[in-house]
Amino acid sequence: MSVAERIPTTHRGQVLTLTAAAAWVTVYWVNGWLWDALLYNGFGMDPDARLTGTVHFFVYDTIKIALLLVLIIFIVTVLRSYMSIERTRALLGGKREGVGNVMAAGLGVITPFCSCSAVPAFIGFVAAGVPIGVTLSFLIASPMVNEIAIGMLFSLFGWQVTAIYIGAGLIVAIVAGWVLGRLGVQRWVEPFVFETKLNGQVIDSSAGLTFDQRIQMGMEEVATILRKIWPYLLVGIGLGAVIHGWVPTDFFTTYAGPGNPFGVLVAVAIGVPLYSNAAGIMPLVEALYDKGLPMGTLLAFMMAVVALSLPELILLRRVLKPPLLAAFVAVTATGIVIIGYLFNLILA
Amino acid sequence: MIIKVLGPGCTNCKNLERVTRQAVDGLGVDATIEKVTDYPTIAGYGVMATPALVVDEKLVLSGRVPTAAQVRELLAPLAR
Repeated sequence: MSVAERIPTTHRGQVLTLTAAAAWVTVYWVNGWLWDALLYNGFGMDPDARLTGTVHFFVYDTIKIALLLVLIIFIVTVLRSYMSIERTRALLGGKREGVGNVMAAGLGVITPFCSCSAVPAFIGFVAAGVPIGVTLSFLIASPMVNEIAIGMLFSLFGWQVTAIYIGAGLIVAIVAGWVLGRLGVQRWVEPFVFETKLNGQVIDSSAGLTFDQRIQMGMEEVATILRKIWPYLLVGIGLGAVIHGWVPTDFFTTYAGPGNPFGVLVAVAIGVPLYSNAAGIMPLVEALYDKGLPMGTLLAFMMAVVALSLPELILLRRVLKPPLLAAFVAVTATGIVIIGYLFNLILA
Repeated sequence: MIIKVLGPGCTNCKNLERVTRQAVDGLGVDATIEKVTDYPTIAGYGVMATPALVVDEKLVLSGRVPTAAQVRELLAPLAR
């Protein structure tokens, strides 16, 4: 029997949560000062040396980001357990475009949705009478406005940047889905999608969960995601650490700053083919920002990385024919580029 | 009982199959467990979030991987 199973069931959820919360706060606080003390005083490293900067960034950030991830994933999973994709479909079924696109984008952010379910979700939506464009708004918003990214941006940059990110992501999803819908893309959807008949009764995967079950889901999800992404995390932190230590301050202001008209385009061009999750990209984002990359360019880069991923596109190929798939990528990327330029202008 | 595990083959689907086998063994009932990976068929059951579990053509679970004990609770009343 594990430690957790020894606690009486009635209070297990609460006891575990409180213990975990206390441990979290403690570790977070210790992480804030430990490395300064250890590296600078203990090992006598020079705070201004590049190697010191890199090492400090690496250890401090690994722990900080791991802790933030645990918190964010847990909270988001528990909150999302109150929502389900079946209910989203019920809400969107038969809605016309325009309103439907807006709702779909918003629901895309809060509905728990794994990209591996993109195909059955797509089929399910169409079968329920959700217009293709509206379904696409959902499929764009879901990965683009990533809950981990929201949490990370909030803790690193504050609520204004986070609000911009959410707003921008929603706008791109709404407009892109609407545009694609207007293009009359029915003929570019694989025929079997329209031929699938829904035989069974639909069950709501969010119904009937107890609070303890939700807590358990939260903890499982933390373990699952961390297990999956820790390589990406280390790579992202490693890159961030190197940039932090070796790239001169204001480097990006000089070469990719407001004076350079191609900054956003390059950022998106690099970002689209890159595959990383939101967590892995954050330390990189943090380091780039410290070296002077404008926030608009930075957000565009981040959105390009997380919104479009090769695995997801490969999956979507099952339901979307190449012309529509290409249009999907093009419209989304264009939206991101526009957002990048817009916010560089606004924030300058 | 004819049990079908619905999913394209991701780790969650394999976990659900494993957990279902454990539950069936635990119950000691006579049941066959099939894997369904074909998307149109999966969607036909009304499933939008894999993995999912279908027992005798009735959808009983979708969207998550429960524990073996929870699957046992689900299957017990259906085992005739």
